[in-house]
Amino acid sequence: MRYLPKSDEERRQMLAEIGAKSIDDLFSSIPAEYRLERDLTVPRQQAESEIVEYFRAAGQKNATDYASFLGAGAYRHYRPVIIDALVQRGEFLTSYTPYQAEITQGTLQAIFEFQTMIAELTGMDVANASMYDGSTGAAEAVMMAVRVTGRSNAVVAGTVHPEYREVLATYAKHQGLPTALVGYDPETGRIDLDTLDAAVSAETAAVLVQSPNFFGVIEDIPAIAQIAHARGALLIVSISESISLGIVRPPVEADIVAMETQSFGVALSYGGPFCGVIAAKEQFVRQMPGRLAGQTVDGAGNRGFVLTLATREQHIRREKATSNICTNQALVALMATIFLAVYGKEGIRELAEHNLAKADYAARTLGNQPGAKQRFKGAPRFHEFVLQTDEAPEAWSRRLLENKIVGGIELSRWYPELGNCTLWCATEVVKREQIDAAARVLAAEAVEA
Amino acid sequence: MPYPTNYRYTREHEWISVDGAIGSIGITDYAQNSLGDIVYVDAPKVGDTVSANATFGSVESVKAVSDLFSPVSGKVTAVNEELKTAPDKINEDAHGTWIIKVELSNPEEVTTLLDAAAYEAFIAEETGN
Amino acid sequence: MTSNANSPEARSAGPRTLGKVRPHQTQNEALLFEKSSPGKRAYKLPPLDVAAVDFSSGLGEAYRQNPPALPELSEIEIIRHFTRLSTWNYAIDLGMYPLGSCTMKYNPRVNELVARIEGLAEAHPYRPESLAQGILEIFDLLQRCLLDITGMDAITLQPAAGAHGEFTGILLTRAWHESQGNPRKKILIPDSAHGTNPATAAIVGYVVENLKSNADGGIDLEALTRQVDGETAALMLTNPSTLGVFESQIHKIADILHAKGALLYMDGANMNALVGKVRPGDFGVDVMHLNLHKTFSTPHGGGGPGSGPVACKAFLEPFLPIPVLVRGGKGEEPCSDAGDWEDTNAEPTADGCPPLFRAPVLKPDGERVGDTDPLPLHPFGGPLRWDYDRPQSVGRVRAFYGNTGMFIRALAYILANGPDGLRQTTEDAVLNANYIRKKLEDVYELPYKTASMHEVVFSDKRQAARGIKTGDIAKRLIDYGFHPYTVSFPLIVHGALMIEPTESESREELDLFIAAMRSIAREVEENPELVKTAPHSTRVSRLDEVQAARKPILRWRPQP
Repeated sequence: MRYLPKSDEERRQMLAEIGAKSIDDLFSSIPAEYRLERDLTVPRQQAESEIVEYFRAAGQKNATDYASFLGAGAYRHYRPVIIDALVQRGEFLTSYTPYQAEITQGTLQAIFEFQTMIAELTGMDVANASMYDGSTGAAEAVMMAVRVTGRSNAVVAGTVHPEYREVLATYAKHQGLPTALVGYDPETGRIDLDTLDAAVSAETAAVLVQSPNFFGVIEDIPAIAQIAHARGALLIVSISESISLGIVRPPVEADIVAMETQSFGVALSYGGPFCGVIAAKEQFVRQMPGRLAGQTVDGAGNRGFVLTLATREQHIRREKATSNICTNQALVALMATIFLAVYGKEGIRELAEHNLAKADYAARTLGNQPGAKQRFKGAPRFHEFVLQTDEAPEAWSRRLLENKIVGGIELSRWYPELGNCTLWCATEVVKREQIDAAARVLAAEAVEA
Repeated sequence: MPYPTNYRYTREHEWISVDGAIGSIGITDYAQNSLGDIVYVDAPKVGDTVSANATFGSVESVKAVSDLFSPVSGKVTAVNEELKTAPDKINEDAHGTWIIKVELSNPEEVTTLLDAAAYEAFIAEETGN
Repeated sequence: MTSNANSPEARSAGPRTLGKVRPHQTQNEALLFEKSSPGKRAYKLPPLDVAAVDFSSGLGEAYRQNPPALPELSEIEIIRHFTRLSTWNYAIDLGMYPLGSCTMKYNPRVNELVARIEGLAEAHPYRPESLAQGILEIFDLLQRCLLDITGMDAITLQPAAGAHGEFTGILLTRAWHESQGNPRKKILIPDSAHGTNPATAAIVGYVVENLKSNADGGIDLEALTRQVDGETAALMLTNPSTLGVFESQIHKIADILHAKGALLYMDGANMNALVGKVRPGDFGVDVMHLNLHKTFSTPHGGGGPGSGPVACKAFLEPFLPIPVLVRGGKGEEPCSDAGDWEDTNAEPTADGCPPLFRAPVLKPDGERVGDTDPLPLHPFGGPLRWDYDRPQSVGRVRAFYGNTGMFIRALAYILANGPDGLRQTTEDAVLNANYIRKKLEDVYELPYKTASMHEVVFSDKRQAARGIKTGDIAKRLIDYGFHPYTVSFPLIVHGALMIEPTESESREELDLFIAAMRSIAREVEENPELVKTAPHSTRVSRLDEVQAARKPILRWRPQP
């Protein structure tokens, strides 16, 4: 086996030095009745060329040459080449969690840079080293708010990504944490502020909203913050499209921001690995979940970095820890850090502008087709929009697929009241002719009729 | 480090110094020594109530957390704000650094605590000396 | 190596080699923010092919007035920055990384290549299932492999890491108990367990009850019998234990739990000792998680990402997180082999399709694959799809379906090994640990003499007598060119040195490690100060963790 650095002769010698007659001696503590006496039913050993061939074939079955207007929490952006070049350096790729600071300064400094960039982008004071993804980050942020406030209810906007809400429900279920759902204004697609005002009480630990929300609409964060804070609740803002922060005002009124950073140079990879992160106001840092890198000095006064405030974590505080998280998304956070270094202060804005411009064109073009209209026009958007069609989406989706276009995703799957509504996304990689082509196909049926 | 004879002690290594109806509570030199450099003190708020033998907060070193157990029951009248920025005061002078002050609701509880000699005997036993 | 070669004087004057290392230069590198200057760029966007938008009026109050203070750099500076940082790291690619419990094995490069194949890496999670069949086949093949490796009946790949898998597994446990009428109140956790176990139990609403280990460091059957009662939901057991010892009484442990209606959860952190030799499903485990980033070679990446699939027995299957992968079209023709499942205990899904891992394995010619045949790469016809209609499910534990990129890597590893390679891997991992044990047991205290599997735990008892603790020995190991072992864990061993070499170490590398450990043991006798102040060869010496925690600096800010 090519990964195993031993000859059979070496194995025999080592067994002899141990004083074992055969390798079976070393497994003698396993009761005989349980030992597996057959080969595992897995495919036979494959040559490297066969492995590559197998996965290439699988990749080809997943058609690749389609234009795509899918978003909804997973976004297709251009990934600068140097990201993969750098993260495949073995010193990053094959290193462990940086508990031994003297020989992991590279990882630690990069985490410190990631934390700084996330704090800058979100308008928060501090950020952690990463969470699994945006959905678990949002759920953990709510549990964090429960610890901070000592309260045990949460109010959740219906415009938060439906799968994020499902994850929160799974986490909240056994925490004695009831959650109330607040609907949206059918005109603007924003959370209904009057309903929110009525839902938040002196028992509310946190209000969780997403902005841009699941419909791509930017929520009125200052107004929401006012409602939450008036009753002593914390405001948690979930962000699933982090590139929006290049042009959208950061949610500085929030107490906690839970963000998905997949858009920062992370491949879609059918939904993972992505990279969540929690950022917060400084006074809440001791209730944060996850790892934190901090700056300090060594014995000679050199600047260095260590994992710090570890007493929050499971390996020290066990059942009283702020979370059970251990392994996080470090290498993906490194991708995000490199991405943000590539685009920088000017680039992140320019990139966000391109996204907004493409979506604006797509929304106008598609929304102007016969039998189609754009919903939720009354509020500012980023790069997603909701399209309502007279024709059932299954019908035009099929036509689009025949033309190698993947259109928007049906919303009725999560919002039954939004029949014939679809959520479209146009990022900077979508081309004008693709939008025009989608519009032509969409209109085809209506024109023929 | 001598253990003041006018203090009383718990088996969880807290001390209390009672002045009238008010008890000042801290951790013992033995506790600070075994915990090492203290980096954070989590204390209750003024007005909170604490109960004898129940936790009222924690002290943290870099790699350990130790719960604080109240020697007595009562209402918190003061919290040592200095510890927020200088938790190392406890390492420097454990017996001179109170963490909270409590208005005793049941002064009788103090009589059940260890005196200095009994506490020293207790820690000698615990360390196996 | 002579002992005087280790003194600082000797090292500066004579040959500068210590064991396998010699010092070399590393470059200084400031923070990205400190290297930034306005106007530098590392990007170029294509010309905008649509009309520009008046952003500030379009966004109104939502417009960001002040751009985020991200650094402004050119591409070469970014390359150098991260390359320089990388040289400050130790890594498996540089040498042995014997962290106990972490299974730091070789991360094959072909895994990285195949995970980046365009059709896989660029697949959107909401793309129509008809355009995602290639990925779904990978899910299916990996699920089947992991089920045979674990001997379990059902599996979810959704959890993002080991602790997340624990969370999912205990959710299944709780959901099953609830379906029996009582969720129960407590989870038993041995004192040797990983901290994630109690933290997980607490999140799922259980009280943690500590189970003291017996004199051999294993489960104390009498204590277990005493503590298991009608309110015990499960025991969370790591097997082999964190001491690297197989619980040879495992069947009795399972029996004691099952007799009281409690479940046996296995933390699969140490699965690298078992693959191809013994299967948890055969020795009484009801539910377990795997760590693809440990046992199945996906890279640790400086702390993540991981992946924590959860495998369980058939009676827990209805509770698996949604969605579950099935074959056959919804509302279309029923599954052709729906009446032919191997396991009939669990209910079929609403539309009559079994979860795919319960459908029989067919060869391309339609024949069933026998138990002794290797699994074919492309055995399964028919479209694959996600089933969300599972009323008893515990719900979702994360968005989408899991860390797909890690599934691709783990499957590539399994394919590269095959049944023979997987078994040999396990044997080599156990051989390596026992070799280290044999070669070091005369100089380091072995607190438990029970047979070691894939890792060995020593204590610093002898060295502590000279004032040297496990953490000091660990730091000195860095000077010899090795990553330290796991320090001070498991908690049941005072001053633990927990060493897991994995199968990836050659005899030569093991001998160098052993020589280093023996040399350090001598230094403890002859020059303890040298050990106490180690490491001496790194860019930074021991860092002030107390200051970092007392006055946390968690981000860079511009100097005024």
